[in-house]
Parts: sequence; C-alpha cells; structure tokens
Amino acid sequence: MFTRFFCRVSAAALALGVAAGSVAAEQVNIYSYRQPFLIEPVLDKFTEETGIETRVVYASKGLNERLQREGRNSPADLVLTSNTSNLMELVDKGLTQPVDSAVLEENIPAQFRDPEGHWFGLTTRARLIYASRERVEPGEITSYEELADPKWKGRICTRSGKHPYSLSLIASMIAHHGEEKTKEWLEGVKANLARKPQGNDRAQVKAISEGVCDLSLGNSYYFGKMITNTEQPEQVDWAKSVNLVFPNQDGRGTHMFISGAALAKHAPNRENAVRLLEFLSGEQAQYLYAEKNFEFPVRPGTARSDLIEEYMGEFKEDDLSLTEIAAHVPAASRLVDEVGFDF
Amino acid sequence: MKGNFSTAGATGSGRLWLVLVSAVALLVALPVLAIFWLALFPEENIWPHLLDTVLFHYVSETLVLAAGVSLLTLLGGVAAAWLVTMCRFPGRAFFEWALLLPFAVPAYVIAYVYTDLLEYAGPLQGALRDWFGWQTARDYWFPEIRSMGGAIAMLSLVLYPYVYMLARAAFLEQCGSIRAASRALGCSPWQSFLRVSLPMARPAIAVGLSLVLMETLNDFGTVDFFAVRTLSVGIYDTWLSRGNLGGAAQIACSTLVFVVLLISLERLGRARQRHFVQSPAADRDAYSLYGTRAWLAHGFCALLLVGGFGVPLLVLGGYAASNFSSYWTEDFIGIARNSFFLSAGAAFATALLGLVLAYGKRLFPSRAVRAMVGFARLGYAMPGAVMAIGVLIPLGAFDNALDAFMRSQFGISTGLVLSGTVFAILFAYTARFLAVSAGATETSLDKVTPSMDRAAHALGRNSWQTLWSVHLPLVRAGLLSGALVVFVDCMKELPATLLLRPFGFETLATYVYQFASDEMLERSALGALMIVLVGLLPVILLSRSLGRARREGARSTILQETEAPAL
Repeated sequence: MFTRFFCRVSAAALALGVAAGSVAAEQVNIYSYRQPFLIEPVLDKFTEETGIETRVVYASKGLNERLQREGRNSPADLVLTSNTSNLMELVDKGLTQPVDSAVLEENIPAQFRDPEGHWFGLTTRARLIYASRERVEPGEITSYEELADPKWKGRICTRSGKHPYSLSLIASMIAHHGEEKTKEWLEGVKANLARKPQGNDRAQVKAISEGVCDLSLGNSYYFGKMITNTEQPEQVDWAKSVNLVFPNQDGRGTHMFISGAALAKHAPNRENAVRLLEFLSGEQAQYLYAEKNFEFPVRPGTARSDLIEEYMGEFKEDDLSLTEIAAHVPAASRLVDEVGFDF
Repeated sequence: MKGNFSTAGATGSGRLWLVLVSAVALLVALPVLAIFWLALFPEENIWPHLLDTVLFHYVSETLVLAAGVSLLTLLGGVAAAWLVTMCRFPGRAFFEWALLLPFAVPAYVIAYVYTDLLEYAGPLQGALRDWFGWQTARDYWFPEIRSMGGAIAMLSLVLYPYVYMLARAAFLEQCGSIRAASRALGCSPWQSFLRVSLPMARPAIAVGLSLVLMETLNDFGTVDFFAVRTLSVGIYDTWLSRGNLGGAAQIACSTLVFVVLLISLERLGRARQRHFVQSPAADRDAYSLYGTRAWLAHGFCALLLVGGFGVPLLVLGGYAASNFSSYWTEDFIGIARNSFFLSAGAAFATALLGLVLAYGKRLFPSRAVRAMVGFARLGYAMPGAVMAIGVLIPLGAFDNALDAFMRSQFGISTGLVLSGTVFAILFAYTARFLAVSAGATETSLDKVTPSMDRAAHALGRNSWQTLWSVHLPLVRAGLLSGALVVFVDCMKELPATLLLRPFGFETLATYVYQFASDEMLERSALGALMIVLVGLLPVILLSRSLGRARREGARSTILQETEAPAL
C-alpha cells in the first residue's frame, strides 16, 4: 500500500520534472532591477506574439551577486537594469556574453550599446531641472552649473546624492569639468539645498508644489507618470506646479542615461533571450516604452507619444559616452562623501 | 552554580549533543561567516576615505538612533509590563495581550502610514492650514516626520513589544515573597520596583533590548525613507555605488563587533547573578490604582496601543476597504499563502534549532560552546540584503560543487538544487531570526533549576530523555513565544526575500514593497493589512498561552503537579 503510494508520488514528481523540462524550451528567465510594472506591459506583448513565457525575479539590489554565485548553473538568461553602473559591473565581472545580432545593431545607435555586444541600452532618460511655475521665471535657470549659484540659496530639493541617478549626473560633471571644479559645484549645490536630500524624484516635485523649494532634479519620465496619474490625482497637481527645464541646451546638451539589458554568460535559453532583446529594441516595444513609461526610445524613428511631444519636444542631448560616465561614478560617490552632501 | 548542570558530558549521548550543537551552530553561522570571508577581499581600502569624510556622521546618527530607540522602548516596554502585571486599573486585562499587537506592524509600513498622515499634504497639516489660513510650508512650523525624531518614534512604536513581552514574563515569574520582603523592610512601591523587581528582571529586559537594538541596526527601509543615514546606509552605499562589496562587508562586520561588545558588557554587568523560580508570584495585583493614577496608567497603555497599532490599522483598513474587490484576487490569496507557509516553516525550524543550541549550551557551558552559540545568533544584526548575499555564497558553492561532482562522476547535471528555491529563503530566515527563538528558549531554560537535571540524571535518564520529559514541558511557553515572534518577523521580512526568491514568487512583504516603494500606499494597503492580520494570529496564541501559564501559576507549580509523578 505504502509502496504503491510512494511509486505514484515519484511518478508524478518525475512527470512534473519532465514537464518543467519541456516547458523550459519555451521560456526566458529575467533578473530585473526594473520594477515589475514598468516592464510587464512589454513582456506581456512579447509572450502574446511569440508564445515564449517570461519569468521574472525582481529585486532592487544584489542580482549581480546572485548571478555570480549561481555560476554556470544560473537559470537567468537576461538581466534588465535601470542604470549603466549595473550593466558595466556585470560586464566587468565576466557575467555576460556578447550578442551578435543585425537587428540589434540596426535598432540601437552605436553610442547606446557596447561595441563588443555585451550590453544594450533600451531606453534613454534625461536628467531634468523641475522649476516652480510660480516662483521661477522661464529662462531663469538654463544649466546644471547654475544650480550652484548663490541666488538659489535654500531653494533646491533633491534626492540622495548617492542614488545612481544623482551619481550619474555628478560623474558627467567630472567628465566635463574635472574633479576639482565638480567638487566646488557640488558644495555650491549643497549650500543651496532647502532640506537634507531625501525621498525619490517625485517627492521633490511634490515639495515644489508645497512651497518647500523652487527647483529640483528629476528624471524626465516621472513628469509623464505624474501628469497622467489617474489613481492618485494629486500627482497631476504636483506636475502642474512645475516647468520642465532641459539644461545646457546652448552647450553640451542635457545629461542622458539609459536603462538596458545584458545576456547572461550561462543563459540556458539563449535563443529566446536574444529574441526578447530584439523584440525590446523593436518598433512596437520601443513605442510601448514611450507610451506607457514616458521614456525616450533608443530606436531612431520610433513614433513618440503625444505627451512627450507636447511637453518635451526635441532637445539637445549630451553625447558623452556611457562608459566614460560609468568610469567616473566611484569618484562621484567619493565627492558626495567629501562635501557631506547627504548630511 | 557554574559548571555542568548534568553530568551528560561524560556519556555517549552527551558527545552526540556536542556534535549536534556544533553542526547546527556552524550551519546557521554560514552566512555570517561568508560575510566575514568577503570582508577579507575589499576592492579598495574604504576606511581612510570613510574616516576622512562621513564615518563620523554614520556612527553618530547610528548611536543617536540606537540610544533614542532604546530609551523609548525601555520606557514603554518596562513600564507597560509593570503596570499590567502588578497594578489593577481599568482595561488592564485587555491591554495585557493587546500591547503585543504593534509587533505585527512592519516598521516600513508604519513609517509610510505616519508620513501619509503627518506630511505637508496629509490631512492633519491640511486641516491646520484651512483653520489658520496658511498658504505654503513657509508660513508655519510643523515637526518634520522624515527626521531622526520621526525614525526613533516609528521604530520604538513597533519594537517596544520585544521589551514588553520579556519584561512581563520576567515580572510574572518573579518570586512574590522577595518583593513582599522588600516592602516589609520598608521599601516604598517605587523603591521595591527599582531595587528588587527591576534588577531581577534585568536579564530578560536585556534580551529584549538587544533584539530591539539589532533590529534598529539592521533596519534600512525606515531610516532610508526618513533620510537618517546610519551605518546600514553606509554599508549599502559602499556596496552599490562604489562597487565595493568587501568594504561593505567590513562595515557590516564592525557593526557586529559593536553588538557583541554591547551584549558582553551587559553580561559582565550581571556577572554571576542567577536565580531560579521557586514559588509562584502570589502577589499579582499588588497595587490597586484609583482615580487619576488609574486613568494615567490606562492612558499610557492606550497611547502605545493606538500609536503602534490603532492608527496604522485604521489608515490601512480605510485604503484597503475602498478598493477591496479589485485587490482581493486569487493571486493575492496565493501570495498570502506563500507568506504564511514560509513563515510557519521558518518558525518551526528556528524553534527546533534554537532548542538544540540552548540545551547544548546548558549541557556544555564551556567557553567554546558559548562562543559558537553566540556567533550563530549574529545574523540578526546584519542588514537583510547583506545577509542575503551571505546566503547566496554557501548555497551557490554547494550547488555548483554538487553539480560538478555529479557531472564528473555520472555525467548528469543537477543544476541548482538549493539556490533560487524556497529553501534559500527558509535558510535566510532561519539564519537571521534564530537569535530570537534561541534567546527566548534560553531565558526559559535558564530559570529551570539545575537540581532538576541532577534529579533526572540520578533517576537514570539520559540527556535526551531529560530534555523530552523534564525541560520541554517547562520551557514550552518560551519555545512557543520564540517561534511565534519568528513567525511575525518572517511575515515582515523584505530584503532577503526579495533577492533570494524563485521566479515569479511573491510574499506579502514583496507585494507591499513594489507599491509602497513607489509611494502608492493605497495599492499596498491590503497587503500590509494582511501582514498585520496574519501576524495577529500568533500574537493572540501567544497571549492565550501566557494567560494559561499564569492561571496555572508559575512554572515550578506545573512541574509539581504534572511532571513530578512521571519522574
């Protein structure tokens, strides 16, 4: 009796295992630093079109280490990141493999991908200055450099200087001006802060709408997220209290960074993963990114969403290489500590 | 009193215990050991830079936070415990169990709730502006919730139950005649409390406080949200923005040194103080409070309960109710089930392993065993995500070694057996929360007089039989309360779950996080409410079990009635 039961259980387990094995051929496993609701619409579309299931582990930190420790047996095929540093670290640690795909090369301009094919940018975002409609005249501030001007004393809000978005901007300042000048600038910005750095990019816009400060730094897509927020209508009011400033239009252009992806070195479903990568860089997914997330598509010629057209239009982008920015991030982090930016 | 309680050391079963304790301690200490190992390989030496720049800030903010939370939790926890055990006032019977409730509320959730209420856009400030006609934030002053003060208040509101629970148990178990003697010798009620009851409860209170401190040190979500930059912020920063995991591990290990120092300082303080329960606390309700005093006592307890539980429950309940049907889906029920079973599994595992460690330490109170058991508990003071890295390392090494072996010997690949499975999460929970259950069990076990062990031994029982028939019934309450606390802690655990989980696997905590991190409190409300409600189950069980223990009198009485004949 017991033996028979045991046999049945093992048979069932075996069947399950075999089933899982056969399913494995038609799936792609993703480690994602990007929040689920940002990528789900695009992934659903992919499954609908190809029949390939996507499985995701989302975490805000540590996925690189997980991939590294799982080694050659890791189930992960693709890593999606929201900043360049994570991508570079993956490559540096030898956790990626190159992809040679004509589709990717055609869809993604050279400055947004690794020449060797180890990582690919999928969307770009701009680091903007949000300025109060009521208290800041249009044209009163036009560059990142001016944030250190004493006229803004007690009028600037920002998130922690240690956040990847802040570090990326500071790294680009280092690339353009050198460490010494950047440190002076950072000290100037710190002296102008209305409050200790805290909260996320949206919280700064909220602070402007509440009169706590007049200027803030924030990523471009948050504006779209706020002004279309039907679930939390108060965010529409926050967005309406600010003008968007695209800094440095008369000079090098606005600081840009990317969200991107890399193929894991030991990807068990390599073909499916490459298909997904190609899909993500394709017209449909690129349009969805713009439409749902208000990010800028990397693929040239992708139709932009009406909202982006209305509020952002065309603007000049800083074309500093992502690799160079990433190389300055540790120095940026050091400067943030040296000026005690977060305290 | 020192030395072997039983003479088990000489016997075969005694040696087996030693092996067992060492194995369990080593297994549970693996993640912490892995972090120590990482600390040996920093990318660069982080300390000169830290010393020159922000280390002072990190340390001072950490100390201020720790001191503030200690002070408030001690004040709240000990005072409330004293009131409900020794004084008679309106509502006491209710508060006695209800004061545990805030424990079920995760710190990051209470932080979101109070920020929602007290920030500029919140209802309170909005009402004030309407009232006084203020226009912007610059027109008036209002205490900033996102601050050191706010962080201390939030953490204290949900952490005081640790102190309360242990202090209350200690007061209940105290021998009434000692207190009566102190009163007869001329002590006022206050003197009697300060000079007799409090010192006797000190070991238990110290255990509670050390749990509070470790939770405070490992917290990241709350302090980050409130822009308080403690050492755990420094750890994440060194790891993530400077790409120096080894350096981060070094900071984490230094934090541990700080914890160890603190604990040993306390141990040193009470040196050889030891007492065993001899008779039940006959003088409960020693003081009847009337009039203003009674209402002050009532108000004090109510403040803790409403602040730590009532307000979050109302706010979350309001949000959850407004959109209940759209959030209460099959998926959601599945997520709640995941949380429940994971937490229950971890509670069982920690209870079992905690008992092994505590009993092993009782049999072999040698320096080496004590050190091992102490080390196995350090996981509790580690920030969750760092602990998760500590879990990834040994599991990954094991899986890949097994795989390589199977490939070379049999030509088959076993892949990842443990990494990326539910087991990884269970292991992380166990390694992280063992301190809680081992601590609770040990405190109970310490109160069992060694003469029991000797008697059992003299009657021919070996250490296993003694554990089963003598100690287990006596420490049942401690064991249970430890397991239940672990259960609640696991329900709330976020960073390790997030990183270690299998594909597509959600718990209530990760569910809440994905919305709350985007400041969508409404969407996360139902999940947060479920964490609180499921967390209530063990709290209720716990209070019932404590109530039963009290009705049956102190533990020694239980022994006389039920276990003595069996011997």
